[in-house]
Amino acid sequence: MSVTNIMIVGVGGQGTLLASRILGAALASEGYDVKVSEVHGMSQRGGSVVTYVKYGEKVYSPIVEKGEADIVLAFEQLEAARWLEYAKPSGKFIVNTQKIDPMTVVTGAAEYPDGVLEKLESAGADVFALDALPLAVEAGSAKAVNVVLIGAMAARTSIQKDVWIGALKSTVPEKFLEMNLRAFELGYSKV
Amino acid sequence: MKHLFLGNEAVARGLYEAGCRVASSYPGTPSTEVTEYAAEYNEIFCEWAPNEKVAMEVAAGACIAGARSFCGMKHVGLNVAADPLFTVSYTGVNAGMVVVVADDPGMHSSQNEQDSRHYARAAKVMMLEPADSAECLAYTKAAFGLSERFDTPVIIRLSTRIAHSRSLVELAERVDAGLLPYEKNPGKYVMMPAMARGRHVVVEERLQKQTAWCEDEAVKSGLNRIEWGSKKIGVITSGACYQYAKEALGENASYLKLGCVYPLPVDLIRRFAAECETVYVIEELDDFIEAHCKKIGVNVIGKETFTLLGEYSQAMIRKAVLGTEAEFLSTDLSIPARPPVLCPGCPHRGLFYALKKLKVFVSGDIGCYTLAAFKPLEMMDTCICMGAAVSALHGRNKADESNAKNSVAVIGDSTFMHSGVTGLIDIAYNRSDSVVVILDNSITGMTGHQQNPTTGYTIKGDPTAAVSLEKLSEAVGINRVRVVDPNDLAETERVIKEELAADGPSVVISRRPCALLKSVKRNPPLKSDPEKCRSCKMCMRIGCPAISMRDGKSAIDFTQCVGCGVCKQMCKFGAIM
Repeated sequence: MSVTNIMIVGVGGQGTLLASRILGAALASEGYDVKVSEVHGMSQRGGSVVTYVKYGEKVYSPIVEKGEADIVLAFEQLEAARWLEYAKPSGKFIVNTQKIDPMTVVTGAAEYPDGVLEKLESAGADVFALDALPLAVEAGSAKAVNVVLIGAMAARTSIQKDVWIGALKSTVPEKFLEMNLRAFELGYSKV
Repeated sequence: MKHLFLGNEAVARGLYEAGCRVASSYPGTPSTEVTEYAAEYNEIFCEWAPNEKVAMEVAAGACIAGARSFCGMKHVGLNVAADPLFTVSYTGVNAGMVVVVADDPGMHSSQNEQDSRHYARAAKVMMLEPADSAECLAYTKAAFGLSERFDTPVIIRLSTRIAHSRSLVELAERVDAGLLPYEKNPGKYVMMPAMARGRHVVVEERLQKQTAWCEDEAVKSGLNRIEWGSKKIGVITSGACYQYAKEALGENASYLKLGCVYPLPVDLIRRFAAECETVYVIEELDDFIEAHCKKIGVNVIGKETFTLLGEYSQAMIRKAVLGTEAEFLSTDLSIPARPPVLCPGCPHRGLFYALKKLKVFVSGDIGCYTLAAFKPLEMMDTCICMGAAVSALHGRNKADESNAKNSVAVIGDSTFMHSGVTGLIDIAYNRSDSVVVILDNSITGMTGHQQNPTTGYTIKGDPTAAVSLEKLSEAVGINRVRVVDPNDLAETERVIKEELAADGPSVVISRRPCALLKSVKRNPPLKSDPEKCRSCKMCMRIGCPAISMRDGKSAIDFTQCVGCGVCKQMCKFGAIM
């Protein structure tokens, strides 16, 4: 079978790393060969971050290049646009509609563009957008945005729901598990 | 059962399984997690050393004492540890000693892009390079055996994409390597001219034996291996580039994958190249393998096709070798850059704003605070390497004594322990009128919260002695030592101004814990009242990512704000509460 390439993109501090670990754990428990490429260090500090998750019978490269991603899970609108070229023309975008101003916008050196999602669609991208922040707050914490988004993506893969739940249990600390399970459910049921 | 392990985690597992007993490292992205994971095994004594030189000397001492030992560092850390490395190459080991060095092609989190393979050749030390987590584990275990067999330290070279990628590994039990007896042997362990001359002979003979091993046993064990596909294209490669090449070219090429990058085989490369029509050497950064091939008369294509800069990928190899490119979508949207920034509530923000108001020259250093070089703070003039803030400021102030009244050094607590204190001794000893600001945030921040000699805790979280920055500064001869809370903007500015005006050297300790520490209490998020906001944008000058302008008024993102109150001090209209 061919390799499926997933990119998780967002802003440092949004929890993309944990999301990629949950995803990796779910795929590994399904018996796939899996590679997850993470970001650590300086780029984590509020900058544009990207992690790659690849799975299939045999995965070589841990990274995803232009025109290769089957799924782009974007934690922030502008970040979805930044990585547009990395998706396959047939690739799916799952986009959190939250906007976070980059420092270049805060300082007035640049403007946050209008109509990002419309632009993605007019470029030919298959976009599913949701506002994950209120769902995360509903689940119990604004920090659970990442798990809401994992839920939304999980509903769009062929992997069974209980596998995702198992992966959450194996990666999330016990005291936050219940809240994260609620967050997952809210994202999963979003269609 | 297979486990999805980070490359660094797999190296740590390899240390455990190989019976490693002593590990000493200094944190540095992308190497840090090796030692963090190793610290989870109670069988390994693990520590954060003050710097990489100390770490390597600890590992050397431990291996001579008969314990399998380890030290880990990032590429620039090996510059610091190069002094012991070159001579431990001469003494050799007793029990095995393994060094991990993690390179950072593409500079995700580094100040340069040096290729550490040159150290293996320069120090005449064997170097292995794994290509995924399973190899990280296997090579680490193999490295201990090779170290003992050839009586040499062995370096394992990682790169960011190997260190920070997760892939599947299988675990095994730990072997108890025991403690080997130490036998006094000054001819081997006391390196002064008379003995070192003899040891250099041993080192050269050792390299010959290792080269023979690369041709034969390394091939039998699969460490150096040929994977035959189409013989139209031959690829000589190692590490992450092997994975990129396999994905790009698949069965369209044959591969010579080198698990040992120093020393390099001769016959094996000649035999492989002779069977292939066109041979490429695919290696990130320098032409290390390529130069070797050309030296032994093998015609290869290398850096005339592939860049010396940055990371490689399957896409760039596919384009260079096959001339094909994937299709992709594009947009005319102009997308603003999103550089990394100081976190909301970061104690460095107040300090750098105070420096900005004082309009001083800032001699900078390595850490989160280097981010103050970016807009809107833009308060860094130089950043060279760990510790250089302090010594370079001294140099600046000696170049022109009038500089002393408008220049400061900034250096973090961990970086100061690493190599800032030696610069401070220089300042005191050589009568410099310099102001050194130590940014004490109670942790090593940028690499992800490691303890250090000032925090009072070991890597395992056990309480221990803590260096007093005040007493240390006084002890080296600094008479003016002040402590400020950087979140108090007016006080911080006042104290630094006083120290700049005062004669003689000063240390200002800017003390407040990192806002990301779990022990730090978060205040409720602040709010900006749009009725009171006059849109003056003063609050934007501190570069807090939680503050932005919405409909012409200042707005604070409640998901990011930790209530540090620095912006409140900026607002003259009382709009922020």
